[in-house]
Amino acid sequence: MGKKSAKDRLKNEVNAGSMADIAFLLLIFFLVTTTIAEDKGILVKLPPWSEEEVDPTKLKTRNVFSVLVNADNQLLVRDELTSINDLRERAKEFILNPEKREDLSEKPTKAIISLKNDRGTEYKTYLKVYNELLGAYNELWDAEARRYPVGGDTKYTEYSDEIPLATRKEIKGKIPMVLSEAEPTSYGE
Amino acid sequence: MSKFQKKRGKASPEVSTASLPDIIFMLLFFFMVVTVMRNSELKVKVVTPGATELSKLEEKSLVNYLYIGKPMEKYHETYGTTPRLQLGDKFATVADIPIFLEKHKVKVPENKRTRITSSLRVDGEVTMGIVQDVKTQLRKSGQLRVNYSSKKEREDK
Repeated sequence: MGKKSAKDRLKNEVNAGSMADIAFLLLIFFLVTTTIAEDKGILVKLPPWSEEEVDPTKLKTRNVFSVLVNADNQLLVRDELTSINDLRERAKEFILNPEKREDLSEKPTKAIISLKNDRGTEYKTYLKVYNELLGAYNELWDAEARRYPVGGDTKYTEYSDEIPLATRKEIKGKIPMVLSEAEPTSYGE
Repeated sequence: MSKFQKKRGKASPEVSTASLPDIIFMLLFFFMVVTVMRNSELKVKVVTPGATELSKLEEKSLVNYLYIGKPMEKYHETYGTTPRLQLGDKFATVADIPIFLEKHKVKVPENKRTRITSSLRVDGEVTMGIVQDVKTQLRKSGQLRVNYSSKKEREDK
């Protein structure tokens, strides 16, 4: 008898072996029901709504970089049919105007990019064009950021948190991004 | 010699599994923290296009989602195949946007309301017409921070 009671005392522990199974069940539930949200995208600030249209004729034509995207997803940059791959370089040349040409912008602060599309334009193409224009500015900001003593190879876009706010404001003040979007024409829908 | 034999006879060969639940719980908590429940079932097909100049969205609670795309196949009979707008978990029209934004806004603390962002999850194949209507409605409602949701695309492409 004495021998048996000793055995009982050993078995008195709560069996924790099934705990793992329960936890596994919960784990699998969460794995199945949830998705790791990839939330990335192009952040834009829309202009506030106003009834009156902006009159583009008030601006000098040399300061306006007009980009038209039609319903066939073709690109017309300053009245020239252009490939989307050349857009970034052309935009950069226009904004900085390193050779001081007569037909490009007077200075970066006066440069305006005007984007217009048809209602039939594919969203894909529109976003690609927007991406290229933003890319042009990002590259210019990068180049500008390198002149500041923040570190030899500071990339404006990737390490913008490491650049002090005042410097960032100065860079954006030198090369402001002005992108105006006109009401689209109703072709192609 | 006999000393060793004695010891081997006594020691139990089982590995203790008592710490296994703790390990599993750790994994569980990791996944619980990292993942976010998808609150709305997608009724439209959305394949966002790729882009290179991306920025991250900061706080999840400050973001509301607007989906635009063709209705999924099972809704073709009732809703057709023209691109539609989805707000929350149901089909909507552009006129429903102000109410949708207001409903989201009341859940956000007042000091954070200026940072509310609208994430436009638009299918690449959709034409700009409906996107433009949505954008115009957002502007009219004063919701000016907009994020065009897109995937990361490699630079050299």
